[in-house]
Amino acid sequence: MSDLLAARSQMAVSLAFHIVFAVIGIAMPLMMVLAERRWQVTGHEIYLDLAKRWARGTAILFAVGAVSGTVLSFELGLLWPEFMRFAGPIIGMPFSLEGFAFFTEAIFLGIYLYGWDLIPRPAHLAAGGIVALSGAASGIFVVIANAWMNAPTGFELAQGHAVNIDPIAAMASPAALSQTIHMTLAAYAATGFAVAGIHAFLLLKDRANAFHRRALVIALLVGAPAAVLQPISGDLSARHLARHQPVKLAAAEALFETRAGAPLTLGGWPDVERRQTRLAIQVPYGLSLLAFHDPGAVVKGLDAAPRDEWPNVPAVHLAFQLMVALGTYLALVALWTGWRAWRGADLAHDTWLLRAIALAAPMGFIAVEAGWMVTELGRQPWVIYGVLKTADAVTPMPGLIVPFLAFTLLYCFLGVIVAWLLYRQILRSPDIPEWRGFYMPVEGRGQGKREG
Amino acid sequence: MSLADLVAGIVFLALNAYAVLGGADFGGGVWALLARGTRKARQRELIADAIGPVWEANHVWLILALVLLFTCFPAAFARLGIVLHIPLSLVLIGIVLRGSAFTFWRYGGGGAHGDEAQRHWGSVFAIASLITPLLLGTAVGAIASGSVRAGGTGSGAGFYDVYIAPWWTPFAWSVGLFALVAFAFLAAVYLTLEAEQPELREDFRRRALGAAGALFGAALLVLTLSGSGAPRMRAGLIFAPWAVPLHLLTGAAAVTALAGLWRRRYRLARVAAAAQVSLILWGWALSQYPYILPPDLTVADAAAPAVTLRLVLGALALGAVVLLPSLYYLFRVFKSRFQPSAIGRQ
Repeated sequence: MSDLLAARSQMAVSLAFHIVFAVIGIAMPLMMVLAERRWQVTGHEIYLDLAKRWARGTAILFAVGAVSGTVLSFELGLLWPEFMRFAGPIIGMPFSLEGFAFFTEAIFLGIYLYGWDLIPRPAHLAAGGIVALSGAASGIFVVIANAWMNAPTGFELAQGHAVNIDPIAAMASPAALSQTIHMTLAAYAATGFAVAGIHAFLLLKDRANAFHRRALVIALLVGAPAAVLQPISGDLSARHLARHQPVKLAAAEALFETRAGAPLTLGGWPDVERRQTRLAIQVPYGLSLLAFHDPGAVVKGLDAAPRDEWPNVPAVHLAFQLMVALGTYLALVALWTGWRAWRGADLAHDTWLLRAIALAAPMGFIAVEAGWMVTELGRQPWVIYGVLKTADAVTPMPGLIVPFLAFTLLYCFLGVIVAWLLYRQILRSPDIPEWRGFYMPVEGRGQGKREG
Repeated sequence: MSLADLVAGIVFLALNAYAVLGGADFGGGVWALLARGTRKARQRELIADAIGPVWEANHVWLILALVLLFTCFPAAFARLGIVLHIPLSLVLIGIVLRGSAFTFWRYGGGGAHGDEAQRHWGSVFAIASLITPLLLGTAVGAIASGSVRAGGTGSGAGFYDVYIAPWWTPFAWSVGLFALVAFAFLAAVYLTLEAEQPELREDFRRRALGAAGALFGAALLVLTLSGSGAPRMRAGLIFAPWAVPLHLLTGAAAVTALAGLWRRRYRLARVAAAAQVSLILWGWALSQYPYILPPDLTVADAAAPAVTLRLVLGALALGAVVLLPSLYYLFRVFKSRFQPSAIGRQ
């Protein structure tokens, strides 16, 4: 394994690990605040229990997210010192703002978690609201920095050095709007559906459990609207890519030749040597329509870039297909749920809907990882698109396979522990018999299975 | 004072805050490891309760310093990342283990304190709290000794010379030891205020007094080794015009902290101990000024363009408006035992 590959792998592992916690850190506080609000309005203890469980989950996940985020900010220098030397002054601004947002989040999470009995109820709810807001803000700032790597602005190049730096213009990169919307929605959709999916699964085994019913509803309130909006934001992203990052779009769509009336390629395996995609379904004019809202529009293919500036086409194409497929599934399930709820149906007794939601549990997170692969792998071989190659940004330090393996092991270990803790702390049904009975249909009363 | 100097001062202020707040959280881990006697479990409980609500906020000072460093002094950040790759990677592993183990310890299942798995997490937390400050201090020692030079490819130097020699020195390790002892000292002093029962308070008073003695010893060791290890810093600390007043102030703070502990005036001791550690840190900063990474990279040379520095200053001002009241609120809610009315008078 070359040092460059080891450095890229270490960064990939660190990001793939952190992104899960970051995404949950954005959406979970919102659910916890919604539950607490319901408790304050209805006075129903079940919501308090829910809020406290989600708060415990947030505490565990936020701590792991905070330390894995620290690892990333150090790794920028440990692995990519030349990137930071170039990019720091231009794009450090959103990182600084993220620092403050993260600070605010950490402070109010401390107040929220440990302050249940110490501060008045409205103040406690407000503290949770600030956690949710600042979590979203810190995600947005980090994505703004990433957007700049994809569509760099706010500086001029003079003999390899950046001059006339304008950090504000750098934050307003053309990719910033579409990327931040897409990532923020993804966070709510993925977390909402993951939580909803788990409770749907538990409801399938124990229909009358009032705890899981309420958890399901709140999780869907967070996840479903985001999942419905996500395809629209995806369209915005695709149109941005067509104009500003044509190579990434060409790789995602496995479009080898620049052409008018480009088809949309579904599935298939791109054969880079022969420059064709095998076993794919082609929708005529589909890509031109999606990218420019015009069936005759010219879409740039991979041939617009020299061969050595192509990303790994099969990986980007497959990741993109996976993300779109999973996102579509989530959106359809969300619409189905919305329709059933609008018709006044009892979601907990719609077996097929519960099954569909349970199936969706891992999908949002897989889509998040896949989408992140599209944006990062699709930019290669550049770390700053068109400006700095990844190979020129890496540290001269040899033997990088050692830290790569060390951090990979560490993260595997932590992942297992976190999963086990979450199971013990949050998912296990509360064993309070009355709660099982609250909304239990008459014929099922007294027959609730013992869970736990 | 230039714009770059001002920003460098703020970065150092963030580091200072990390040392006196986050450092004490590491120190707490050290005392959890060293918990002894009949009140062992209660000592650990007290430490966990004291750290719980604040450690994440305290940890962010490090991130803030780091982010400001790479935004405003990218050349210094890049060089640190290359030369100190190994100790900083180990610090990171320590930070990850410390933070997650602490959380697992607190939320480690069952809900009841003291079950088997939780004790394991307590040990991981405590050992990571020991190793992290040691290596962080060692990295600081490497910087102070002026051995973080531009290295790497093309210099012809071997792996050992570039990536290990700068921090593998008796002086650098003595600074690591000093950092560890200083953090433990701060933690013990703060814990005298956290403790509600008199016997626990006495436990940490004795530990604080012991740590104060150890700190003095570690300082002597650093000073002795600096003769060959960091001559530039040593010269600054002895001959600069600010040297004598600074040492007098530091000495006064140290004596006040000791006297406060002795007379059981813990609030006074706490302020004095934090001041003492802060003054030592500023002594280090002043002794290597105008260099950010001696012997050749100055604050001015490493600085980002003025437009970036000005914007960051603006963001800092804006951030402070949000942050300072929030921090005040956090500490008021959880550390209200510090208020005179709530302190159990002896």
